[in-house]
Amino acid sequence: MEFNTAIGLGNYLTLAAILFTIGIFGIFLNRKNIIIILMSIELMLLAVNINLVAFSSFLGDIVGQVFALLVLTVAAGEAAIGLAILVVYFRNRGGIEVEDVSHMKG
Amino acid sequence: MMLQLDIMTILPELILFFGAMGLLMVGVFGSSDLSRPISWGSVFLLLVAAIVVLFQPAEARFAFNGALLMNDFTALMKALTFLAVAASLVLAHDFMHQEKIERFEYPVLVLLASCGMSIMISANDLIAVYMGLELQSLALYVVASINRDSVRSTEAGLKYFVLGALSSGMLLYGVSLIYGFSGTVNFQELASLGFTGNDIGLIFGMVFLMAGLAFKISAVPFHMWTPDVYEGAPTPVTAFLAVAPKLAAMALFMRAVITIFPQAQDAWQQIIIFMSLASMVLGSLAAIGQQSIKRLMAYSSIGHIGFALVGFAAIAGENSAEGVSGVIIYIIIYSVMTIGTFACILSMRRSQGMVEQIDDLSGLSQTRPFMAFCLAVFMFSMAGIPPLAGFFGKFYVFRAAINAELYTLAVLGVLTSVIGAYYYLRIVKIMYLDAPDDEVNLPMPRNLGLLAGASAFLMILFFIYPKPLVSVVDNAGDAFLEIDVQPGYVHYQDTAK
Repeated sequence: MEFNTAIGLGNYLTLAAILFTIGIFGIFLNRKNIIIILMSIELMLLAVNINLVAFSSFLGDIVGQVFALLVLTVAAGEAAIGLAILVVYFRNRGGIEVEDVSHMKG
Repeated sequence: MMLQLDIMTILPELILFFGAMGLLMVGVFGSSDLSRPISWGSVFLLLVAAIVVLFQPAEARFAFNGALLMNDFTALMKALTFLAVAASLVLAHDFMHQEKIERFEYPVLVLLASCGMSIMISANDLIAVYMGLELQSLALYVVASINRDSVRSTEAGLKYFVLGALSSGMLLYGVSLIYGFSGTVNFQELASLGFTGNDIGLIFGMVFLMAGLAFKISAVPFHMWTPDVYEGAPTPVTAFLAVAPKLAAMALFMRAVITIFPQAQDAWQQIIIFMSLASMVLGSLAAIGQQSIKRLMAYSSIGHIGFALVGFAAIAGENSAEGVSGVIIYIIIYSVMTIGTFACILSMRRSQGMVEQIDDLSGLSQTRPFMAFCLAVFMFSMAGIPPLAGFFGKFYVFRAAINAELYTLAVLGVLTSVIGAYYYLRIVKIMYLDAPDDEVNLPMPRNLGLLAGASAFLMILFFIYPKPLVSVVDNAGDAFLEIDVQPGYVHYQDTAK
């Protein structure tokens, strides 16, 4: 039996789509811990990076890789701010369970 | 020479950015508590930036190889955003002082956020869109949780962060698809591809991009963060979040969708119509049962975004100019009303502290007639009762919708506006017909009184002399369409070489 072993653009896009979906579900289905939400957000951004780099490579255009570097730096900033907010929240509340984040409703 | 022109184009952003850095240094190394001078310094910088924007040459031009665009539309939106931010900083002084959360970081973060908003408005390629959006959002997450000892404020910041990061991720995924299926990130080059809605990759990209931007303007179904963040954040921060980011995100939304996909109108128009209808309906129904005036303002702002989107949906064919002007006028009037309303909300002070329940306003007309009068003017205006300015905002967007033959949208819009009038008028009834409490509202602080009075004055007198605003907005609308709908990218290619 013969398989086409070359990894094509479609494979990369599928991987990125799967990772992105896992990221979104991680935000909405997770009932335990806010840290997991932060991880899911990172996963979404990294899925986008796979997309960008794959497109860049297959288009032979450098812009996608530049964009991926920008996304990496912004993701680092975003994670730092998210953790900082999480720390002040923990100090006030004494816990980071997702179900506790419901002081306001309506 | 080229670089010099580029620098001149982004002068307002540079003023804000370096100003913010300078003020941060003053705050960190200054001897005593300098939060108030730093806040006034920020207001000054914003006013300077607004003046610089308005005095820049009027012809459309690109900077940094087409990454940013300057024309009458971006100039108007930037100037408005800067003024709105400055007003919300002025609103903040007394509250922050009274609640003992006067921190010099607040105005610095607000300046950085306005720098991001300014880049969003000018952005002309997808990388600049993402950069501006994140610069704005990252500052806003921190600002929402600025009262770091309060559970409510930090919870608001946390919710805003999680949902905001989700929306940025969706926007970014859309951007990556648009880039991959077209090979470019520049708005004009994308427009010149003549995408008509038949390429599945680009359609996916467009939908994700629009979902991400809809989060930022809090249009239904991406509105769920709004009530909680508005309620939890300190009130001056809510006033800030309710106006300036909405202006900037709306400008970016219109520019991104209409510039990139000028020929795919059938594809995006249905999305806009759905978001508009859903926002108007939710905004008018969900606000009815609210007790907290900040939550009420959140639902009210969702409804107003729905009305603005009616104008957006009407940007089609030869009536495009009317739709663009409608959206801009609506969003300007909304900004002025909202700033005035928040000036009144921030004046709801009793001897034991701030109050924010609607019932606390009962009998206000007898104890504080001026404040009650201003708030009544804003409520009538938001309900869209002539001859106040809010009526004309609605008039322009609905006229655009009728001329674009969106009859259902216009009819349902008017109906929801009537339903929404109920809760606005209820506030007026509570202020004027109910008996006052034993506790008396403290007098309005001078800054707030001035801002509320000025806003109310503009709302009442708009109908006498609407000409200046309408002509400025029409100019901006023409500039918006000139570059964007007919691919005027020849100019871009000339300057890029």
